[in-house]
Amino acid sequence: MKRIALAVAAAATLAVGSIGTAHAQAKEQFFPILSYRVGPYGANGQSLFGGMIDYLQYVNMKGGVNGVMMTWEECETEYNNAKGVECYERLKGKAGANSAPVFPLSTGISYALIDKSAADKIPLAMVGYGRTDAVDGSVFPFAFTMVGTYQMQATAIVKYLKDQNKGSLAGKKIAYMYHDSAYGKEPIVALEAEARVNKFELVQIPVAHPGNEQGAQWLKVRQERPDYVIFWGWGVMNQTALKAAQKVGFPREKMIGSWWAGSEEDTVPAGDAAKGYMSATWNVAGKDVPLVADIEKVVYGAGKGNLSDKSKLGSILYNRGVSYGVLAVEAIRKAQEKYGKGKTMSGEQIAWAMENLDLNDAKLKALGATGLLPPIKTSCEDHEGSGKIKLQQWDGTKWVVKTDWIDGNRQLVHPLFKASAAQFAKDKGITPRDCKKAM
Amino acid sequence: MQFFFEALIGGLLSGVMYSLVALGFVLIYKASGVFNFAQGAMVFFAALTVVGFVGKGVPLPIAIVLAFGAMVLLGLATERFVLRKLVGQPPISLFMATIGLTFFIEGLAPMLWGDAVQPIELGIQDEPIPWLLERFDIVVSRFDLVASGIAAALVVVLAIFFQKTRIGRALRAVADDHQAALSIGIPLERIWAIVWAVAGFVALVAGLLWGSRNGVQFALTFTALKALPVLVLGGFDSVAGAIVGGLIIGASEKLAEIYLPPLMQAGFGGNFGGIEGWFPYVLALLFLLVRPEGLFGERHIDRV
Repeated sequence: MKRIALAVAAAATLAVGSIGTAHAQAKEQFFPILSYRVGPYGANGQSLFGGMIDYLQYVNMKGGVNGVMMTWEECETEYNNAKGVECYERLKGKAGANSAPVFPLSTGISYALIDKSAADKIPLAMVGYGRTDAVDGSVFPFAFTMVGTYQMQATAIVKYLKDQNKGSLAGKKIAYMYHDSAYGKEPIVALEAEARVNKFELVQIPVAHPGNEQGAQWLKVRQERPDYVIFWGWGVMNQTALKAAQKVGFPREKMIGSWWAGSEEDTVPAGDAAKGYMSATWNVAGKDVPLVADIEKVVYGAGKGNLSDKSKLGSILYNRGVSYGVLAVEAIRKAQEKYGKGKTMSGEQIAWAMENLDLNDAKLKALGATGLLPPIKTSCEDHEGSGKIKLQQWDGTKWVVKTDWIDGNRQLVHPLFKASAAQFAKDKGITPRDCKKAM
Repeated sequence: MQFFFEALIGGLLSGVMYSLVALGFVLIYKASGVFNFAQGAMVFFAALTVVGFVGKGVPLPIAIVLAFGAMVLLGLATERFVLRKLVGQPPISLFMATIGLTFFIEGLAPMLWGDAVQPIELGIQDEPIPWLLERFDIVVSRFDLVASGIAAALVVVLAIFFQKTRIGRALRAVADDHQAALSIGIPLERIWAIVWAVAGFVALVAGLLWGSRNGVQFALTFTALKALPVLVLGGFDSVAGAIVGGLIIGASEKLAEIYLPPLMQAGFGGNFGGIEGWFPYVLALLFLLVRPEGLFGERHIDRV
């Protein structure tokens, strides 16, 4: 009996092995997904990674990219830098030379991976987070700050405020309240430059991590009586700020958050305190985006959706996750156009595509992704490719887009990136690429 | 001067919120000599259980009662499966066990109730009291005042419980020496189960108030970080110390956050601020140099 059982087990092992081999022979593009679904930012991660994975599933259910199927494996980082690096090392082995872009969705993990991903020739996508001087592709060939950087976002908010004040902020006072980390500190240099140019007073108010107590900061706001508060929060800091603003009577309509402080996860728990609050965004909320509606129909209709809580479908962060998926898949499609349709692309080939991406309005419309992303056109000199935001307002139940695309102050901000990247290259002994030859 | 008083009052009221969390630590330390690292996780678990039941259509008051039941069960399970085998072991073993318990609870709570950030509506508006605002131009939150009242009531009840009841005296005896308490017939298991259940209740109150203010989410576990300097300052085994320590930490961190950065900038240049994260710890460490047992902590004299 024991022998029969062993024989059956051996046969089963062989059968599974042969299936695995056949599976490996199919054309696949592997995504190492460094996700965070537990820990302090797990609630945000559920929506972001859920949206991204749902899109990859959707692409597969539509036949893949020219027949190449998207595969992925998640590794839990808990938004922790050390765990992020560990996950990267683990999954890069599985990807081999054919890795799809890595989206750590964490500025800290992105910083930790910049050198490694360049050495491994794996594209590091820092879409709306991460090291912002990586805009300069001559120094950072494998790091992509696509869609927008914190500095461009901050200057676009200033531009909006200027428009609200008949073109002048002279004599106004703007408080910048920020998470006291790399994420919160990145825009300061741009805001200081804007303050000099536009002659407004900038009051900086840092908040210590995690930001679950902000009594002193909001008393300072009450003392300074700024005209506006530009708010750079994340996680619990966002809900706490909205409640604290209510406590000191600061009008939420004059408080403008970053795109990481403008989701339903931030406003719903704050209740009435969030009504009127504004934030930057690059994607709209709602299921009326054709692509999102189709994902619901195709993926969730087949019971293959990634979200355990389906009510998140169409939320700001879910739709942003879908936008990550669109960027990655379109880069793979672009790479295939150059290097061979229906083939698995190498990390280096995908990096080329990310540097030569051109997602215009017509392409976004064809994908059903109008409203999920601004038009993006990247190059070796400009890994950002857009730098536009929209502003949205919480009406008590949902986010409502209030503006068209607003451009950041490119003339002011991009030279700062260039100088910072040059300094990085000098410190690391990197010889910048000649972008004219990088075609 | 008006602004100074406003900051001071705001700080004192915030301090009461820290005290609420610190009370849970004190209870268990006082009754078992264990520093319960899992107290922050218990706050999270309690609040998430309330919103979990509310999400299933249970009315809030009943959800609170059910959550209390869950906390009692958690306390009993902790005594049965974690602590019972460790009777008489060095305090460090018990402390390490509570670290393990922390990770277990942090994983269990979202598994049971999901990890979405959720509101708790207690019906107390976190808005300034109009009378104080109009008359003195001082912002004092109605919510903070109610929270202070609840904390004060808890302290009175717990003080009476520890000083005046038989169980309270038994708890103190157990804390002094497990083996000696057992030798005179104090039922250690029952005592520990009771104290963990009471600590669960305190965690529930803290979770409700903190959750109502900031939303129920994983970050509630960080409230423990706010309680640690309070405990160092007030003493690990004093209910009154938790309150006084909370008030001192709350007021000093707010005043420091407002008044120190400009002085530091004038002295050293650069941009200071966000010092709330470390200032209470520095203050507590300085205090340790002067009074290692904390303000109200019991001074131990070991004879050799």
